[in-house]
Amino acid sequence: MTENAPTLQGFTEAPPRVNEWRRFKRAFFQRKLVVFGLVVLSLLIISAIFAPWLAPGDPYNGNLDDSLAQPSMKYLLGTDIQGRDTLSRLIYGARTALIVGFATTIFTAGVGILLGLFAGYFGGITDTIVMRAMDALMGFPMLLLALLIAAVLGSGLQNVIIALGVATLPGYARVMHGLTLSIKENDYIMAERAMGSGNLRIMLSHILPNTLPPMIVLITLQLGSIILAEAGLSFLGIGIRPPGAAWGSMVYDGYRFLLSNPVLSFAPGLAIMLVVFAFNMVGDGLRDALDPRLRGII
Amino acid sequence: MTAYIIRRLIQGFFILIIMSLIVFFAMRLLPGDPLVIFMGQQASSGAMSEAQMASLRHEYGLDKPIMIQYVDWVGGIFRGNLGTSIYYHEDIGKLLGERFPITLHLGVAAFVVANVFGILLGVFAGIRRGTWIDTVSTTLANIGITVPVFWLGILMIFTLGLKLNWLPIYGYTSPFDNFWMSTKQAIMPVFCLAITGMAYTARQTRSAMLEVIRQDYIRTAWSKGLRERTIIIKHALKNSLIPVITLMGIGLGMVFGGAVLVETVFAIPGIGRLLVTSVFAQDYVVVQSGTLVIATIIVLSNLIVDISYGWLDPRIRYN
Repeated sequence: MTENAPTLQGFTEAPPRVNEWRRFKRAFFQRKLVVFGLVVLSLLIISAIFAPWLAPGDPYNGNLDDSLAQPSMKYLLGTDIQGRDTLSRLIYGARTALIVGFATTIFTAGVGILLGLFAGYFGGITDTIVMRAMDALMGFPMLLLALLIAAVLGSGLQNVIIALGVATLPGYARVMHGLTLSIKENDYIMAERAMGSGNLRIMLSHILPNTLPPMIVLITLQLGSIILAEAGLSFLGIGIRPPGAAWGSMVYDGYRFLLSNPVLSFAPGLAIMLVVFAFNMVGDGLRDALDPRLRGII
Repeated sequence: MTAYIIRRLIQGFFILIIMSLIVFFAMRLLPGDPLVIFMGQQASSGAMSEAQMASLRHEYGLDKPIMIQYVDWVGGIFRGNLGTSIYYHEDIGKLLGERFPITLHLGVAAFVVANVFGILLGVFAGIRRGTWIDTVSTTLANIGITVPVFWLGILMIFTLGLKLNWLPIYGYTSPFDNFWMSTKQAIMPVFCLAITGMAYTARQTRSAMLEVIRQDYIRTAWSKGLRERTIIIKHALKNSLIPVITLMGIGLGMVFGGAVLVETVFAIPGIGRLLVTSVFAQDYVVVQSGTLVIATIIVLSNLIVDISYGWLDPRIRYN
């Protein structure tokens, strides 16, 4: 019995009141890797927004006389076959990565969350149809599904967004579905119904807000995998069309000059990895700070 | 158990049907007349009269209602008739048959590597939490999840192939023709295919292990005086592998998704490379059939995973 004493004592004493925001801050900023991720993401966003001012050269029109220049003071990371400054293309590539990442997420999270919410809330036949369709989509490897869709639609920014959006849809729908199923069993939902609230009101103003923390975590983690998949599509030549600057296609273009100019494909690959790593770290940090119980679910 | 297996089989069958519908309608409902695309390849589309178009349409069954076309397509697959490639002018069954063993060879090797090393890394990280083993393993897992595999491939080609001259940098040789060469050529692609799955497996095993070694029955095993190795292998690992097995199904999908990239980097004539070439050649029938074949394999292996899962953890069966 003596074993239980400390826990019992813990229950009788009122827990120290900690400001929720301060607790979050402490848990979130505690890990060095999370802070590192935040720094990388800040740099990414800054270079995406201020690309025209930050880029030392023209990312689209190169100087052919300086084709395949080695890194120097003039071209910090050298130039590609068309004489375009690698660093500038890298900075503009941040734009592409962020645009694809955020546009895809808005599309896929919006649709996926609604599908999961409706399926989980109404259950029955709606649930079966929606979730089985999601299972089927999930059966395809993400890159293969994106490849299939991009094959039909053709390349280009917009089509890449649609392809990646459809490919990442089931992840959102599944998590949302699971959350809705558990939240709708709560007493406050029953109380709300007893007060005469309609289905739509219960779903949008009671279930949806409660799924926000896990959804924020999922969105952050998915942003990383979307950027990784976009890089894969661009590497295959299906993503962003030239002369648009995308990290994946920069790796592919540089691959041909691996012996003479390795930096051409090393630099953009490292950028992809850093950004995906940063999104994953921040996502993990958010999860542990918002709700550690989410470990294993997301 | 039988009821559970039957239920899973029926579910798997329906999923396959939905997947085939997705593949088929993705190709048909989106803009672009398949016949025009087909004729574009024949470079004679401009010269065709309406009547000729109509007769061709009839010949390829494109004038039938779309559901009938779907049934014809699926029926053809069951009879082993996957259609004819527009680009290669060959039977798709034959095209896939030639390339499939290559992808399968590398994929199975990668799958084994990913799970063996992933589980080992995860177990050691879990039982030696907070030590350097844990740090190394967790860092490796984080890198494995985030690294673009095509870039990793290029890095390996640069260091191991071009600079150190240890391994051949591209191509594929069948192990039956030249085993030594085949193995040397396979090392880098297999590692690239395995890295993501390995990282996820290591992470999952570590957290499952941490969960399990806190349990009472592990403490009982310790107090019985069992050796650490016995406790870890017989008691802890067995129980922590259950969630890891679920990951294996997903891992197989990653191998096939990764094959598209890795086969491009290392110039390996497998299914992944065929799909990419076909996308560029607008050879939709190949993309369609190839995707469905891969999807079928993944659904089947997920089925096996599900069934073994129910066998390992009886609680699942009654869910």
